[in-house]
Amino acid sequence: MSKIYVISEKCVGCGLCVKACPFAAITITARQDKKLKLAVVNEMKCNFCGACLDACKKYQAIVIEKDDIGLRTSDFGQYKNVWVYAEQRHGEISPVVFELLDKGRELADKLKVKLCAVLMGNKIESRAKDLIEHGAETVYLYDDEVLNEFQDDPYCELLSQLIREEKPEIILMGATNIGRSFASRVAAKIHTGLTADCTGLDIETETRNLMQTRPAFGGNIMATILTKNHRPQMATVRHKVFKKTEKNPNKKGEIIKKIFDRTKIKNRTKYLQFVADVSQKVNLAEADIIVSGGRGLGKSEGFLLIEEFAKSIGGAVGASRATVDAGWIAYSHQVGQTGRTVAPKLYIACGISGQIQHLVGMQSSDIIVAINKDPECPMMKIATYAIEGDLYQIVPEIVKELKK
Amino acid sequence: MNIIVLIKQVPATTDVKIDEKTGTLKREGVEAQVNPFDLYAVEEAVRLKEKYIGKIIVLTMGPPQAEKALRECLAMGCDEAVLVSDREFAGSDTWATAYTLSQAIKKLENYEIILCGKQAIDGDTAQVGPGVAEMLDIPHIAYVKKIEKIENQKITVERMMEDGYDLIESPVPCLLTVVKEINNPRLPSLRGMMFSKKAEIKHFTAKTIEADKTKLGIAGSPTNVMKVFCPPPRTGGERIAGDPSEQATKLIIKLKEMKII
Ligand SMILES: Cc1cc2nc3c(=O)[nH]c(=O)nc-3n(C[C@H](O)[C@H](O)[C@H](O)COP(=O)(O)OP(=O)(O)OC[C@H]3O[C@@H](n4cnc5c(N)ncnc54)[C@H](O)[C@@H]3O)c2cc1C
Repeated sequence: MSKIYVISEKCVGCGLCVKACPFAAITITARQDKKLKLAVVNEMKCNFCGACLDACKKYQAIVIEKDDIGLRTSDFGQYKNVWVYAEQRHGEISPVVFELLDKGRELADKLKVKLCAVLMGNKIESRAKDLIEHGAETVYLYDDEVLNEFQDDPYCELLSQLIREEKPEIILMGATNIGRSFASRVAAKIHTGLTADCTGLDIETETRNLMQTRPAFGGNIMATILTKNHRPQMATVRHKVFKKTEKNPNKKGEIIKKIFDRTKIKNRTKYLQFVADVSQKVNLAEADIIVSGGRGLGKSEGFLLIEEFAKSIGGAVGASRATVDAGWIAYSHQVGQTGRTVAPKLYIACGISGQIQHLVGMQSSDIIVAINKDPECPMMKIATYAIEGDLYQIVPEIVKELKK
Repeated sequence: MNIIVLIKQVPATTDVKIDEKTGTLKREGVEAQVNPFDLYAVEEAVRLKEKYIGKIIVLTMGPPQAEKALRECLAMGCDEAVLVSDREFAGSDTWATAYTLSQAIKKLENYEIILCGKQAIDGDTAQVGPGVAEMLDIPHIAYVKKIEKIENQKITVERMMEDGYDLIESPVPCLLTVVKEINNPRLPSLRGMMFSKKAEIKHFTAKTIEADKTKLGIAGSPTNVMKVFCPPPRTGGERIAGDPSEQATKLIIKLKEMKII
């Protein structure tokens, strides 16, 4: 069992560690018959991240002893190459895949290994070329009718098998509904680490470890996570977090067709039907311009103004959770931690205060415009252009200007 | 029908703020609560029980204080509660958590369905549910927004996707993670609250679940936090002043200059 403790002779009870601990695992208590207070660590809450060690550099009163009884992947050293799982939906490659190939290329170059893609589906072979033109040197292709639509069982079996055979060092997957379900199951099966929703990926040169950075606690803090003793290192990334590659039609690569026995593959669930959501007029995640409305609209009809604004500027309509909860607009428009992540060229927030759960869904937009009565609200503080005032006066003026 | 619900106790606010003066973390009101997404799983379990008759066991891994979260679920209609708690589990990542939970589930009686919330609001990974299913070697379906029917040991559900939903059938036992569209969680009834106060909560330790120590806690976790830091704040920009029509004109000029429109 790993241990963390405070050397009471060294601790001055300053409380710096308390503030640094992202897990609220440290408290300051009074000591009997002593003036100085003492830091106490709750081991149940501690994640041994070491933030307190940094905070206590001056006194060095905290000690962490990490146990190394954990297992290590056998043939650890044989794991090579960076893989991108080329997710497809109804035969179309998901846009996040091309972003991952770009990031994958960067990582593969740093590690001096190959970049490969894994493509699974039915009558999907023609898509392998797209992956090669976006940088994949090898495409492992599984083309079979049982893979027509995504189901966790057969997909998980095949990818896990391929991982055991080919031993990749890193696997990147989209943090889509499919990717999150699929990656979790594969990581559990092959016994390796998986880091969700990474916003930064880099290589620690000496160790070849993948440094996976992701928001923690709703995005206020970032954590960098390592998978030190297990291979492959798996990470999921949301759409629009990394930039997409330029396609190069001259790129060459090989396609390796994988054959398997359909009757032997585990496939317990049955895919019955797909029902499309027709209410989604614009795909929010793909839009270059988004005009979003918040509680500041005051009423459901306010979205008529937002729609008019969006139409005149050629954008899609987004919303804060407050308006979705109020029933003013459908959930599919919600941006944020429990909605969609977007990163358009232009995000216009009308009457949205900019609580952290909203910000994590849109703060990597190129340009943010805030229209708000309250000059001190978080959205106004982070906006590229902050416009103070009543949205009902300002927005119609902008629409008028756009129509000129 | 026997149902197991997996829940997590999380801080009541994920709004951990940064003190701009000192650059350190500020926490306000970090009361604990049941992970909001898990309440949909509890509610769905109770609805299934009402329809098909059966028993609901609610299970969590956490510190002793997590008993409170279990009692809240008992008050909503769960029948039994199990707390899996041991210092050995401290620092578990999603892999080690899934392992611990799956070992605990193996110690329970037979079940038809395991329900989980789609993700926990503190970690936001959505990885534990599918991981548990894999370790128990049962099928899982994530992001379930509706259970259409359960018949002849088969369950049909709607899986929410970005572009609509998939209709999927699975044999039971299976594990489902549910999204908020599935229901509206009820408030606990008075009877439920009375029951939950007196109910006995079972305690499982690393020993009870016969866990392999190399797979527990921080040592058994493939992922480790290397460091935590405050993200560089997005620096604010320019304020556009004037009366509404001036503000509008200025904004349009800027956007045109930047070739956005
Ligand atoms: C676990 C969890 C998950 C969450 N997930 C999300 C999420 O995914 N997405 C999300 O958006 N939220 C989410 N939230 C909710 C979030 O914390 C906020 O409550 C929400 O974003 C607030 O929405 P709002 O900005 O529209 O409303 P408010 O915070 O009420 O802000 C309204 C703003 O409008 C301004 N205003 C009022 N009248 C006018 C006017 N006439 N003209 C101009 N400005 C005006 C006000 O000054 C104010 O700034 C989540 C919360 C939790 C706890």
